[in-house]
Amino acid sequence: MNFETVIGLEVHVELKTNSKIFSPAPAHFGAEPNTNTNVIDLGYPGVLPVLNKNVVDFAMRAALALNMEIEQETKFDRKNYFYPDNPKAYQISQFDKPIGKNGWIDIEVDGYTKRIGITRLHMEEDAGKLSHAGNHSLVDFNRQGTPLVEIVSEPDIRTPNEAYAYLEKLKSIIQYTDVSDCKMEEGSLRCDANISIRPYGQEEFGTKTELKNLNSFNFVRRGLEHEELRQANVLLSGGVIEQETRRFDEKTGKTILMRVKEGTDDYRYFPEPDLVRLSIDDAWVERVRASIPELPDARKARYEKELDLTPYDAAVLVINKDISNFFDGMVAAGADAKLSANWLMGDVSAYLNAEQKELKDTALTPENLAGMVKLISDGTISSKIGKKVFTELVENGGDAAKIVKDKGMVQISDPEVIRGFVTTVLDNDAKSVEDFKGGKDRALKALLGQIMKASKGQANPQLTNDILLEEINKR
Amino acid sequence: MTLFERSAKELQADIKAGNLTIADLTKEAYARVAKLDGDVQAFLALNEEKATAQAADMDKVPFAERGPLFGLPIGVKDNIVTEGLETTCASKILEGFMPIYDATVVKKLREAGMVTIGKLNMDEFAMGSSNENSYYKTTKNPWNLNHVPGGSSGASAAAVAAGEVPFSLGSDTGGSIRQPAAYCGVVGMKPTYGRVSRFGLVAFASSLDQIGPITRNVEDNALLLEAIAGLDVNDSTSADVEVPSYAAALTGDVKGLRIAVPKEFLGEGVGEAARQSVLEALEVLKGLGATVEEVSLPHSKYALAAYYILSSSEASSNLSRFDGIRYGFRAENATNLMELYKETRAQGFGDEVKRRIMLGTYSLSAGTYDAYYKKAQQARTLIKADYDKVFENFDVIIGPTAPTAAFKIGENVDDPMTMYANDILTIPMNLAGVPAISIPCGFENGLPLGLQIIGKYFDEATIYRVAHAFEQATEFHQQVPQIWEGK
Amino acid sequence: MAKLTKEEVKHVANLARLAITEEEAEKFAEQLGKITDFAEQLNELDTTNVEPTTHVLPLVNVMREDVAAEGLARDVMMLNVKEQEDGQVKVPAIM
Repeated sequence: MNFETVIGLEVHVELKTNSKIFSPAPAHFGAEPNTNTNVIDLGYPGVLPVLNKNVVDFAMRAALALNMEIEQETKFDRKNYFYPDNPKAYQISQFDKPIGKNGWIDIEVDGYTKRIGITRLHMEEDAGKLSHAGNHSLVDFNRQGTPLVEIVSEPDIRTPNEAYAYLEKLKSIIQYTDVSDCKMEEGSLRCDANISIRPYGQEEFGTKTELKNLNSFNFVRRGLEHEELRQANVLLSGGVIEQETRRFDEKTGKTILMRVKEGTDDYRYFPEPDLVRLSIDDAWVERVRASIPELPDARKARYEKELDLTPYDAAVLVINKDISNFFDGMVAAGADAKLSANWLMGDVSAYLNAEQKELKDTALTPENLAGMVKLISDGTISSKIGKKVFTELVENGGDAAKIVKDKGMVQISDPEVIRGFVTTVLDNDAKSVEDFKGGKDRALKALLGQIMKASKGQANPQLTNDILLEEINKR
Repeated sequence: MTLFERSAKELQADIKAGNLTIADLTKEAYARVAKLDGDVQAFLALNEEKATAQAADMDKVPFAERGPLFGLPIGVKDNIVTEGLETTCASKILEGFMPIYDATVVKKLREAGMVTIGKLNMDEFAMGSSNENSYYKTTKNPWNLNHVPGGSSGASAAAVAAGEVPFSLGSDTGGSIRQPAAYCGVVGMKPTYGRVSRFGLVAFASSLDQIGPITRNVEDNALLLEAIAGLDVNDSTSADVEVPSYAAALTGDVKGLRIAVPKEFLGEGVGEAARQSVLEALEVLKGLGATVEEVSLPHSKYALAAYYILSSSEASSNLSRFDGIRYGFRAENATNLMELYKETRAQGFGDEVKRRIMLGTYSLSAGTYDAYYKKAQQARTLIKADYDKVFENFDVIIGPTAPTAAFKIGENVDDPMTMYANDILTIPMNLAGVPAISIPCGFENGLPLGLQIIGKYFDEATIYRVAHAFEQATEFHQQVPQIWEGK
Repeated sequence: MAKLTKEEVKHVANLARLAITEEEAEKFAEQLGKITDFAEQLNELDTTNVEPTTHVLPLVNVMREDVAAEGLARDVMMLNVKEQEDGQVKVPAIM
């Protein structure tokens, strides 16, 4: 029997506001445990929440960027459950009226484009952080009250690769809107996956399991890959899928049972009486809409249409907002678009990967890298010299033209100077000349190498090649 | 006699004349507590050291910088948090709890220059109408120590009635200021929902709770409400409505005032003495030029059921934070988290609180939400509409505060439904959110009876005007319990 | 709406994290049953097209500006915490 996989993703994104969603305590990552809290976060008796306006703006910005409708008459609800990282024993969230609904994003995966529906986006408060230490656990409440949006996809995703592409695209869009850093390693983007399988042709969904502890997009993909196999094996051997929560184990690449769900959890949602309704008028929606910067799809189209990049190059460039903004900066500084794209996708990306750095951690600026690209374009330096200049720029920064000048890297394009190198080499290597005349083309390459060496790599390669042919044919 | 038979105005005049100091007043409060609280059992915690030091400093402040309440002693119900002064809500689960912030009203008291004498007993988490549901002590009615002072702000009313303090703050979720005020023969105001900040009031039912003043006379009450009312940026449900001078509203003039008397408030279940006292009070007001007409609030009978569902639902959620982890009582020897939760809460809460938590949890559960919680919210809409309709044609609504005078200690505790029925005259106003006051209007077997005056949203001024006119035309407020002079 | 059973009371007590004995469950079932019976009278009301009231006041859009204020000092934050370790709040093992 062949099965079709059905996947839905729940993504939590922390919003990068200054203060928390319902309290003025600072909302930033990395502080000493329990130093970014106040009485509201700690759920002290008598405290009341007051909504941070920026959270509503940010949530709307994200929702609009995901092509969602805004619920203009909305509210907050209490979700009741006991846990040590949830100080009030209720989380202030949105239940039946999420601020965003009915959205979608287009993903490109394995050569096809697909539209994935987004059911809802709602605002809520994050919980504290619980760590387990033997026979007890420790709670740090710093994260408590950090604003979150939860984004729930439709069960439109059919393969782990689609899930991966959906997450990449979602992250990219949210980063463009500038409402979150979306750093999985810092927990500002978190993902849970629901997965079920069903025989092809069957309309109703199979029983789903929920995957947790997915700490990278790669683990999401691997966890889903393992889980669809596991479920198929269970069904093929005559078993049934239990509705359960499973944890992805990074070491083994397997999913492990955490708990079986008994019925549905009873969270006893009810409207939060300590907060008042939100009534969002059209002007507010439009004000937020106007604040949304150019999004990846629009930017990709612009790269193809206005800058003549290939669809592939354009797609790669726009995934990461920082890279894409950097590219725009280089073009604005006058660098050739195609060449800039090549450098960013090639040497720059390779460097960042190797060093595990982000652009902002290097000495590169759009202006200095554009300066280098321009020197290549106008023939002042060769691409090969470019790599040397790049090494200098990425580590120490500075002006490309000045580096080239100070280090004597300027390309030699004077035919007579080059002809000098050529004749000297030809005079000294009669054997190679002989070989070439005898039909050995490889000899030409050896000669060219000697000439480039003699010029310390500064001779214009094309010109040198031409002059070499000219001179050798004279002999 | 005590200094506290005098009104705020009189006390300020005495201070200004040099006959009295703020230190004297503070000393008097603690002397009264020492003398009477062994019987009345009103205070849970005393603030003597700080209050005494504060009073001495305050006597140095120039008169020009003093407001009408400057230097006057006040007691605070124990569900209002006071930084550095133990706050327990009369529950074991908050035994030893030391707040690290002040409620907004406490800040406002300080700004007004009032001296906090101590914290006042109550029914645990404000659930009850007798003060018998306190983990720590049972407060007695100063008029007859065998009777309850009412609740849940029983000790707030009793302390004022006994002359231990001239002012106190209570809170009212379903009558918890008005009913004890009636039982103890003092003036208690439940302001409009949103009039006074709830920030720092330990929540029982968030959509119903309001803090309000309890005093011996209407003018003092008006002054205290003026001091604590107003928009608070820390309370999203507090209203941005200007606070007028309530004292200025006390003109004594009620000519042409239109009074509505709902037939439901004088019907079955209301005792003869209470009914009679209200009818006599209406005659007094008529004599002052007001008109009286009977009306109907047809949905009143549903208020109690709606109230118990809504208040218990909100309470079940509000009280979930008491888990022994961050503050308060923590059960010992729990071997796992579930045990810690269950034991802490089972040992920490009293039966009435548990009952309401369970009722609320049940009402909010997936299978019952629509039949209970949502239905009760819809009933609330209908109850509110009753009031809106009557207030289209009337200035105030008047009725008794309670069906009878204070009952005996231990009389009603076995039957929760009987206790709940005691709240029937006061609950609809919390559901509607309208303001209401209780003022003394008579006696039944030597125990006081209360007259309830209900006003339009944010129209506490009219309530005070009517209450003051009635008070000045009668002598109920001048009577004091025998205990006033000591045993 | 039927009377509450003892089992329902136990389930609710578990949701509310209240340890409860058999005797208590019985007592509460009876008491809560009385209250829920009483609440049945709400069924007399025709609430078709009646909006539920969460707030009596018509307040909307109460918000604050996104300005951060310093958090509590750790020792103040820990003032009422009974068990702690390394600046964190200690709880027994989850299971």
